[in-house]
Amino acid sequence: MTSPLQQKIKIAGPSIVTANRTWDGIVVYRTAGKGWSAELADAAIVRNSDEAKALLAEAVADDVGAIGPYIAPVQLGDDGKIEPGNLREQIRKAGVTIELPAQG
Amino acid sequence: MYAYDEIDRTLVNERVSEFRDQVQRRLSGELTEDEFKMLRLQNGVYLQLHAYMFRVAIPYGTLASNQLRALAHVARKYDRGYGHFTTRQNIQFNWIKLSDLPDALADLAEVGIHAMQTSGNNMRNVTSDQWAGVAPGEIEDPRIWSELIRQHTTLHPEFSFLPRKFKIAITASDHDRAAIKVHDIGLRLIKNEKGETGFEVLVGGGLGRTPFIGKTIKHFVHGRDLLSYIEAILRVYNQYGRRDNIYKARIKILVHELGIEKFSREVEEEWQHLRNSSLQIDDEVIEDIRSRFIYPAYEKLPHMPDELRQAAADPDFEAWRKNSVAPHKNPGYSIVTISLKPIGAPPGDATAEQMDALADLADKYSFGELRVGHEQNLALPHVAKRDLPALWKALDKLGLATPNVNLITDIIACPGLDYCSLANARSIPIAQELTRRFANHELANLIGRLHINISGCINACGHHHVGHIGILGVEKNGEEIYQITIGGRADESAALGNLIGPGVKFDEVADVVEDIVEAYLALRERPEELFVDTVKRLGVEPFKERVYATR
Repeated sequence: MTSPLQQKIKIAGPSIVTANRTWDGIVVYRTAGKGWSAELADAAIVRNSDEAKALLAEAVADDVGAIGPYIAPVQLGDDGKIEPGNLREQIRKAGVTIELPAQG
Repeated sequence: MYAYDEIDRTLVNERVSEFRDQVQRRLSGELTEDEFKMLRLQNGVYLQLHAYMFRVAIPYGTLASNQLRALAHVARKYDRGYGHFTTRQNIQFNWIKLSDLPDALADLAEVGIHAMQTSGNNMRNVTSDQWAGVAPGEIEDPRIWSELIRQHTTLHPEFSFLPRKFKIAITASDHDRAAIKVHDIGLRLIKNEKGETGFEVLVGGGLGRTPFIGKTIKHFVHGRDLLSYIEAILRVYNQYGRRDNIYKARIKILVHELGIEKFSREVEEEWQHLRNSSLQIDDEVIEDIRSRFIYPAYEKLPHMPDELRQAAADPDFEAWRKNSVAPHKNPGYSIVTISLKPIGAPPGDATAEQMDALADLADKYSFGELRVGHEQNLALPHVAKRDLPALWKALDKLGLATPNVNLITDIIACPGLDYCSLANARSIPIAQELTRRFANHELANLIGRLHINISGCINACGHHHVGHIGILGVEKNGEEIYQITIGGRADESAALGNLIGPGVKFDEVADVVEDIVEAYLALRERPEELFVDTVKRLGVEPFKERVYATR
C-alpha cells in the first residue's frame, strides 16, 4: 500500500490530521504542539498542501502514538470553532448516530 | 457440540501467548504498525472509525452455553456491553482496546474459542448450515467436514498468504441456509450411487464490488478426496490469482477471467498430483472427528404435547411459533430461531445480559447448545416441543421473541458508516427505520417471506446483492445515496438482484421500500407467491414505475 506521504496531497480548505490512538484506538487529532488530542478543538489547522504535508509527515513519524493518520477537511465557524467537514468525520467526532445499549 | 482435543487447546493457548508478546512489542514501539498490522489481522483485530474491532470465530455456527457466557464476559469487561453477530458466523466487538486484547483472547481460550483467521488474506471461518445435525432430511451432519477443513487449514502456511481472503461454506440439505453459491468455494454434501459421501463443489462465488454466483467445478468429489481437491483449487488460485490489484484478487475474478472450463482443467491437473498423497482422508480420521461431535440424548417425546396444544390458543404465541419454530429431525423436538431483530434495534446485536440469559435458556431447554446463522439470528437447536411455551415466555421477557423471522423486518445489515472505516453510508439507521415502518405484525405477515439486505459500501458485508430487496449505500457529493436492487436471493436458487433505477436519499429509502412492497401486494397472483417470485415473473419494470412515477 502506498504510504500516505507518497500520495499527492491536495486540500480544498482548512484541514486537520486525524488518526486513532495506538493503545486504545480512540479518535485523536494532531495538535500544533506535536502531540495528539481527543478533542477536535485542539487540532492544528492547515490551509495549504505544504502545511498539510508537513503536519502529516510529523504524525506518520509518531507511529507509537497513533495509527493510520490522514488529512481530513474541517469547517471553521466565525468564532474559530472547528467542525468536521464531512459525515464520516462527524461520526468519528460525535460517535455512532444510533442509540447504544445501556451498559450494565 | 464438538469437543476440542489437547492439540486444539495447545494451539489456541500458544496463539494467545504469541499475540500477547506481539501486542507488547507494538505498544513499546519495537514493532511498527506496518509490521504489526498483518499480525493483528490474523487475530481478528481491525481498526474501525472509533476504535479497534475484534472479530471472534464461531466455527460452523455452533456455540456452547459456556462459550456464549464467555462472549458476554468479553462484551462486559473489555467492550461496551454488547456484541454484533455477523453474516459469517462470527461475533464482533466494536470498542475494544489493543492493550486489553491479549486478556480477552485468553479468557476466550479458556472455553476453546479464538479469533484466528477471522481476517487477513487466509482461509476464513468455515461456515455451515445453522441447522446442521438437526434439520430433517439432511444427508449427514456437514459440520464434520467443516471441522476437517478447519483443522487442515488453520495456520496452514500455504494458505496464510493468499492473494485475498478465502471463504468456504458447506450445506447438506436441499434448502441452502449457508449461502454456498456466494462463497469462494461452496460445498453441497451429496451421496453417490453407492451411497458414499461426497460433495458437489462450486467455485468462484462472491459478492463485493464484482458479484458472481458460484459455478459447479465438479459434480462429485468423494469425501476422502475433499482436502486434496480443495488444496488443488487453492494452489491454482495461489499461482494465478492477482496480487497486484486488490479489487481483482478474489478467486471469483480468476474463475471469471480464465473461464470455468480452463480453471477446472488447471485444478484437475493439480489434483492428479495430490489426490493419492497424504491428503487422502482415512475413514478413521472422519470417524474420530465424528466421535467428537456430541449429540444430545433425546427423549422419545410426543409430536403434539398438551403444553403446545394449550398454548396454541394464544395468538401471540402462535405468531411467534409460526415464524420462529422449525421442524427437527426428531419429531418431539424443534429448532427455535431467536430473532436478533427487535423493532427499532440494530440487526444482529445482543447485549451481555441477553447473551448470559440465552446461555441459561440453552442449558435449560437446548442441551446447552446454540447456533449462529448468517442471517444474524441465533437458534436453539434441540428444544422439546413441550417446552416451547415456557421458552417463548422467557424469550419475550428478554426482548428476544419478536415474531419476524424471515419477514420484512428480519433485516440483514452491516455495521455501515456508524462503525466501519470502509463504509460510505450508514446501514443501521436505515434498517431501524424500515423495522418501524413494517412493525405491524399483521402487515409483515401479509407480505410474507421477504429478505432485505443492507450494505454501507460496495464491499457488501450486508450481502445486498442477494437480498430480495437489496440496499447499497454509496457517497455522492458528500451525501449518502442508496441504490436499490430487487430479485436477489442467497439460497439454492441464488441470484443477483437488479437495480430498479437511480439512487435515493437517506430519508427516502423507507418510502421507496414501502412503494415496492405496495406494488408487490397489488401485483402478486396469490398470497402464496413470494415477493422474489413476483419479481422473477414480472421483472423490475412494474416496481420501477411505481417507485419513480412520482419522484
